[in-house]
Amino acid sequence: MDLQRDHNHPTIVTIEKVIDETPTVRTLIFSDEIMSEALPGQFAMVWIPGINELPMSIMISKEPGKAAFTVRKHGPASTGLFNMKVGEQIGIRGPYGNSFDLKEGKLLLVGGGTGLVPMMRLLTFVKPRDDVTVLIGAKTKDEVFFEDLAKSLLEEHHRHHVIVSTDDGSYGEKGFVTDMVEKLLSETKFDGVYTCGPEIMMYKIVQSANSRRLFVQASLERMMKCGVGICGSCCVGTDLVCRDGTVFDGLHLSKNKEFGFFHRNKAGILEHY
Amino acid sequence: MELSLATSIGQIHLDRPVMLASGILGISLDVFKRLYLSGAGAVVTKSLSTEPWEGYPNPTIFSVKGGGWINAIGLSNPGAPNFAKIIEPNKDVPIIVSMVGSIPQDFETMIKQFEHCQVTAYELNLSCPHVAKVGLEVGDDPELVKKIVSTVKNSTHIPVIAKVGLGTSNYLDTVGAAIDSGIDAITAINTVRAMAIDAETQRPILSNRYGGLSGTPIKPIALRCVYEISSKYDVPIIGCGGISTWEDAIEFFLAGASAIQLGSAIGDNWISVFHEINKGILQYMKRKNYSNIKEMIGLAKRS
Repeated sequence: MDLQRDHNHPTIVTIEKVIDETPTVRTLIFSDEIMSEALPGQFAMVWIPGINELPMSIMISKEPGKAAFTVRKHGPASTGLFNMKVGEQIGIRGPYGNSFDLKEGKLLLVGGGTGLVPMMRLLTFVKPRDDVTVLIGAKTKDEVFFEDLAKSLLEEHHRHHVIVSTDDGSYGEKGFVTDMVEKLLSETKFDGVYTCGPEIMMYKIVQSANSRRLFVQASLERMMKCGVGICGSCCVGTDLVCRDGTVFDGLHLSKNKEFGFFHRNKAGILEHY
Repeated sequence: MELSLATSIGQIHLDRPVMLASGILGISLDVFKRLYLSGAGAVVTKSLSTEPWEGYPNPTIFSVKGGGWINAIGLSNPGAPNFAKIIEPNKDVPIIVSMVGSIPQDFETMIKQFEHCQVTAYELNLSCPHVAKVGLEVGDDPELVKKIVSTVKNSTHIPVIAKVGLGTSNYLDTVGAAIDSGIDAITAINTVRAMAIDAETQRPILSNRYGGLSGTPIKPIALRCVYEISSKYDVPIIGCGGISTWEDAIEFFLAGASAIQLGSAIGDNWISVFHEINKGILQYMKRKNYSNIKEMIGLAKRS
């Protein structure tokens, strides 16, 4: 249909299916070959016509040739996307950004909230012989999602664990996911640790892994406008999340004075987390 | 023979002739340093206002099918006082501070805020095509331009550049007004007012509807403007608009520019573009037997 696709110009796709993951999180599925083949950590700029445009990690779909966005309603833009119905259209640019470097052996994937999206895509790349532990962090039982999806993606693995931890203990293990990571890392030597979620969570996980000299990577989120390294909105120290990231090595992040502490607002002013 | 990329734009002396244009990547000193180390001769900041501005909601920037970019960022910036704190530690990077305002006092106020910073030059944005009461609306009024340039020149000893663009009045009159009031150099041009409509959803894509076109499609227009300005006036010129290769850079020197700025090319080629252009300029100079940039400036105007 579209002979001259320009990946920096919005391509219009139609929402084909909407899945309620939790009362505030939905997955919107659409057909698009290019997005279906995105790498874990890559994102799209998603135009909600008449409302806004948002950077969104590209979610997998079980059907070939399809991709999805998993969105938590939060501000006006994400709520606009959350409210999109089957048959409605959105514009997509990308995929943008780099992706996780896949190690082999014992792997730990830690996702908080919609930060689980790149972790689910990463699960489609791990080898069947890898020993994979997925750790899902949530505040409470109502906010847990993708547990069944993670289990089904790991069906072929002889050794795998899907662990859920909730801050209030209403489901799974009780406590902060970062404490659970600290416990797992002290018990087992992992060959690779991957994380995406709230920045304070990622900061602590990177610290835990770095202190044990483990390979760790985190996928960062920032306010974005262009997605291609022009506007500068997403800069973190010397790095542009859209173009140098979204995935960064733990050692690199440990030298970045902004990671874990500051993000920029719409005017570009640094604000504390 | 010793080849040099150094250039002078009036009293502004740079080691290399390719600068980062205003509006691009300009909010952190760390990024400025990185661009300088990547080969930029200077960085021009985002256009600063007296107060922080959030800019327009997204979509604010995307590419045009067939080439170029369209944007209506809306001059988002941290505001001059916050920005002065950001660049205060700077010692190494030649920084050109871009400013927008509606009245002469806006610029005067901002210049005071940068007194403790190492500023290579000020660039007055008289040509942003998508924000009301500043930019092109100011540039289209040569009398207001005279007042602003006079006020700014009386407020600082640092060189002052006027960035002009294509508005509703003749931009050459704006250039003339700036020169009459003592401007040190001209940057030409800004983005060209434009829009994009999506056929499928039947809507303008930019939240602001109107924006500015940049990138390769505007290069011949920018080149024409530089040639016209250098033919009519005796003023140092910085060429800007769609430059993405060393060949583009050479063309602007030949048209009369002493230096160039680029932005959109970063979206296409990332920041290695500075190094690539510097390298290409040096190879051209070697082949054509030039030892410095100055020897090439305005050569295309030969009869």
